[in-house]
Amino acid sequence: MSNLKTALFDFHKANGAKLAIFAKYDMPIQYPLGILKEHVHTRTKVSLGDVSHMGIFSITGDEETCKQLEQIIPIDLSLLKLNQSKYSFLMNDKGGIDDDLIVTKVENGVSIVLNAGCKHNDIKQIKSVFTKPAEFVLHDELSLIAVQGPKAVSILEGFIPGVSELKFMNGGSFSFKDKSVYVTRSGYTGEDGFEVSIANEFAQEFCETLLTNKDVAMIGLGARDSLRLEAGLPLYGHDLNSEISPIEADLVFGITKHRRETCDFIGGSVVKDHLTNGIKKRRVGIQPEGTIIARENAKIFKGDKEVGLVTSGGFGPSMNAPVAMGYMNFDCSEVGTSVELEVRGKKHPAKVCLLPFYKKSYVK
Amino acid sequence: MSEVKYSKQHEWVSVEGDIATVGITKHATEQLGDIVFAEVPDAGKVLAGGEVSSTVESVKAASDVYTPISGEITEGNAAIVADPALVNQDPEGAGWFFKIKITNQSELATLMSKADYEKFVEENPS
Repeated sequence: MSNLKTALFDFHKANGAKLAIFAKYDMPIQYPLGILKEHVHTRTKVSLGDVSHMGIFSITGDEETCKQLEQIIPIDLSLLKLNQSKYSFLMNDKGGIDDDLIVTKVENGVSIVLNAGCKHNDIKQIKSVFTKPAEFVLHDELSLIAVQGPKAVSILEGFIPGVSELKFMNGGSFSFKDKSVYVTRSGYTGEDGFEVSIANEFAQEFCETLLTNKDVAMIGLGARDSLRLEAGLPLYGHDLNSEISPIEADLVFGITKHRRETCDFIGGSVVKDHLTNGIKKRRVGIQPEGTIIARENAKIFKGDKEVGLVTSGGFGPSMNAPVAMGYMNFDCSEVGTSVELEVRGKKHPAKVCLLPFYKKSYVK
Repeated sequence: MSEVKYSKQHEWVSVEGDIATVGITKHATEQLGDIVFAEVPDAGKVLAGGEVSSTVESVKAASDVYTPISGEITEGNAAIVADPALVNQDPEGAGWFFKIKITNQSELATLMSKADYEKFVEENPS
């Protein structure tokens, strides 16, 4: 079976991107600029990233119909304003995270952005909790393009008037050259920015038009990975999986406040137990003290005892230092704890630290 | 100026007397992308041809650097440890990895000429 392609596949190739398979898609890992410069470009100017491999999934139905979703996603839709987004999870009955996602309340329902590798299973799980009928659509006809960086607002406003009015985690329908687009002020890079969903046939024109501004550059998944890592954002399948609860992942904010008390959702009893009785492991930041890069699956030691595992690690271009995140036994997870990371058979000093490594204020 | 020879693992070897200087080729650095970490072997370390001598890391991943020839390390390049980007900037010059005292000159005959290496790269794209 051949790999899946986004609508921008030919455009990526024509622009010299190095492609690799990610979640069965042929995706650009880096452009000729290279990961390091793409990363810095995003932190200083603005970049475009094709994230069309992710699923844009809509559920159409009245409020009561859509409310069924709350059984499996621990939010409260009635607290979301129209066009407001919320980061949350698709829960499983073990209290684990089957996916992390963003739910946006739209006219006549909700729209959910799902991770590429999870989307088909997610949709099955979501449908399974709906006893009242609703209309489900996975929007393969749409591309999703992340416009990220400190200049994103000024540049995108020039092409899509009105987007500068959006607040973080809010969206709306706008026009790009008379074509209808849905834009949210969000992203996964630690920068201010937007995610633009646009019909596949116009995706390339959108990128080409923005690239006429010389402060705009294409970036690949490589830079997106180092950007999100510095920003302390977990990547599903690495930092999150179906065995890890939102509490262990230190992402309690993804569960709406009053639902942390009721825990009336799939896997809620496990979440309640974790909230009440504590957890055995916790996601933390790990700051290597030297220049050694600890990557995914590097073991974390305290003395001779193995006390954790790195789930994402690499070089942080904006920190000019290695950065990592991982899971630590709870009793060793306090910020400032000295630990050692095993890399190529040798142990190297590191400290448990707060996330994110790189902090930017979002426009709220 | 001595002749530079090349290995299939994308190292270059420049020989002067019984000392060889070893680094990774320009092609290798282009495949790796931005290099952000380099480790070099300590002087005195004895390695057999084909053994892992050091490590180089790009943003994406860690890769092994092999020694194409057997010998004893006489020097690791501290400059690339301090500034790994040197490897990208000047892979076949200032970005060298280590110097090794050759124990078996005949191993050099197994390496490729520049022209053969270029052909090898063309026939074996990443």
